[in-house]
Amino acid sequence: MNLHSFKNSQSCALSEVPFMIMEDFRKDILASIQEGKRLVALFAQPYAEKEMRLYAVLGNDKDGVLSLSSTKIENVYPSLTSECSQAHWFEREIAENWAIRPENHPWLKPIRFIPSYQEGQDLWKRDSILPCVGDYYQVQGEEIHEVAVGPVHAGVIEPGHFRFQCHGEWVYHLEISLGYQHRGIEKELKGGPNKRSLSYMETLAGDTSIGHSHAYLQLIESLGNCQVSPRVHALRGIALELERLANHTGDMGALANDVGFLPTANYCGRIRGDFLNMSALLCGSRFGRSFLKPGGVAFDMDVARIKDLQARIENAKKDVTVAVELLFDTPSVLARFEDTGTVSKETAKALGLVGVAARASGLSLDVRKDYPFGIFASSPIPVVVGKKGDVFARAYTRWLEIQNSIAFIQNILSSLPEGKIKSPVSSLAPNRMIVSLTEGWRGEICHVASTDENGKFSWYKVCDPSFHNWIGLSMSLRNQQISDFPLCNKSFNLSYCGHDL
Amino acid sequence: MNANLFIPTLFAVVFAPLILGIINRTKAFFGGRHGQPFLQLYYDLFKLLRKGATYSKTTTYIFRLGPMVGLVCVLLATTLVPFGGIRSFLCFPGDILLFAYILGLMRFFTVLAALDTGSSFEGMGAAREVHFSALAEVAFFLGLIVLAKATSSASFSDMYSSSFPYIWIANSTQMLLVGVAFFLVLLTENARIPVDDPNTHLELTMIHEVMVLDHSGPDFAFILYGSALKLWVLGTIFTQTIFPFRSGSIYLDLLFSFLAMIVLGVIVGIVESTMARLRLLRVPQLLVAAAALSTVALVLSMR
Repeated sequence: MNLHSFKNSQSCALSEVPFMIMEDFRKDILASIQEGKRLVALFAQPYAEKEMRLYAVLGNDKDGVLSLSSTKIENVYPSLTSECSQAHWFEREIAENWAIRPENHPWLKPIRFIPSYQEGQDLWKRDSILPCVGDYYQVQGEEIHEVAVGPVHAGVIEPGHFRFQCHGEWVYHLEISLGYQHRGIEKELKGGPNKRSLSYMETLAGDTSIGHSHAYLQLIESLGNCQVSPRVHALRGIALELERLANHTGDMGALANDVGFLPTANYCGRIRGDFLNMSALLCGSRFGRSFLKPGGVAFDMDVARIKDLQARIENAKKDVTVAVELLFDTPSVLARFEDTGTVSKETAKALGLVGVAARASGLSLDVRKDYPFGIFASSPIPVVVGKKGDVFARAYTRWLEIQNSIAFIQNILSSLPEGKIKSPVSSLAPNRMIVSLTEGWRGEICHVASTDENGKFSWYKVCDPSFHNWIGLSMSLRNQQISDFPLCNKSFNLSYCGHDL
Repeated sequence: MNANLFIPTLFAVVFAPLILGIINRTKAFFGGRHGQPFLQLYYDLFKLLRKGATYSKTTTYIFRLGPMVGLVCVLLATTLVPFGGIRSFLCFPGDILLFAYILGLMRFFTVLAALDTGSSFEGMGAAREVHFSALAEVAFFLGLIVLAKATSSASFSDMYSSSFPYIWIANSTQMLLVGVAFFLVLLTENARIPVDDPNTHLELTMIHEVMVLDHSGPDFAFILYGSALKLWVLGTIFTQTIFPFRSGSIYLDLLFSFLAMIVLGVIVGIVESTMARLRLLRVPQLLVAAAALSTVALVLSMR
């Protein structure tokens, strides 16, 4: 029945994207969310001359089917957020980027503090746009105090501003204000692909180079009518899982460090380096830069390097097992992790969380299983689902994923499929729209591109998992001790630049 | 005047930063690292003393006074505690009270200096520090009463006199209980794990460290040195309570007391390496437990 349903990275003609009047568009989205679908992306972009269209990508996670719908918008449209919290951040983004007002939005503030794409127009009529300047949600009362943290933090991390409303040690509300890392990537991608496009993808969120470039290449190859070989799928899968292993291991160490448990912190810091070095073995870059190329990968693996990687994985597996089991065997660590920063399953679902944070709260969401791509279509990887949604659940979900990823890489390496490592990609099909999903180590990465009549990007939308999940961090802090914020923050470990783009 | 009287203070002034080096090396060992040099804190102090200090325009003279008053207080405290069987420079009945409150004065000025900055972090740290030290004081004083009762004296030098080992054996249960209570007080007062994490960079979780974030240069050197001295004096009270040993030879006693301090450094390092920090909410429970241990010891000594 659904004409507009399609699979992950399957393109459709721009003219085929269902167009509805606003009323139906809203009804359709709200009904779909009721049925259990998820708002993967909601964005506005110009259509033809001087017309703006609102697009919604909905995901039916059970059947692995995506759907697209669109409507025409003027300067004002009725907001979805009050009936569908998943739209909250998206609508603020639309308001900021295009100076379009979502009417009755409960908390309409900029999210990145950048000028509108519509030259000279600004929804808030700001004279000068300064980061994080504006009203914050405030709790009133004699005994309430406000704590402002950032954007400059102790330690080498990205900038972001956190505003706590506290009563003594208790946090009543946390508002997160970002935008310091905005570089204008989406705007820069317009008119592509060109030589810079792939580099933008690799540095869009520096710790997710493989994840984002994988999503981008998937999209390019689908539009460019290119079938990559099974060997390329396998090598890309290995790179993606190595990225996950390095980051998850680093997170385990960082979580241990935040509760002052040094042995695991020190060892995991070192083992993370081992996993990064495995990426370097694959392609010469510890962060997987320049490994993925349109139509394939830059380097093949010979027998000697496969043997080397197998040996290294085996060693790292032993080390990480010792380090992490020590963490989970220590009662004082569990006392800190358990029941800290809990996000219930209902909240996670309502907010549309993705990735590790969603799985830890009990939602079975994993692009690798729900919308299989690349190697995961033929070699599935088990999905880890946690229970309570507290710091412990997020840590333990990571640990189980580390084990699964190691087993997965070992399995692929033992029988690496044959095939050439590069296939030609023709120029992109004109007037198409495509949604490409991958599962980065943080969660679902969504890229949506539309091409013009010359096969160039007329607009490119990137949705990093952090975009969905920052609000989850805010919620996890409700009724928590402010001293537990760093631990909760680390258990989410979200990207600032992935959000800010 | 007997030159020996200066020995306890001399040991404190010279060796206090070394204990922190030992703690750090123990932690590094458990973490599989080589760790910083034993003398790192001496280098740091030397470096800081040569630097200039930066003062915020919102602060007053209180902010500049804090580190100096703190250092003077803790130096005074070192003259009240005997070491290795050698009597302290100052000793009189009731010096245990002066000791407790001179450290209280040090804290008072650190807290005032922290509040003087007007920073929300420092205010939070100050509130935590005052809250926890008020609870630690109960355990400390009850422990001191047990010692005073057992030794029939109210001066540290008379308590840890040459007859202390015999008194210890007669009251070993109480002494061990008080020793454990003193150890918990020591961890709290010196901002060690499981109460505070001296290594964290996260302002929101800190207790002691966050109060001194705005101090720099020589002021910060005073604070670091003052903390090392505080660890030393509280450490000597703990080690003398838990390891009573007298050989009769002044040199052997000194050597033994010094070794006991090194063992203390290793013990603190092991505690920090094998357990995580407590949730802030649980710290009062730990201190109430320390007070309970002291109370049990007191009840036992009242029989």
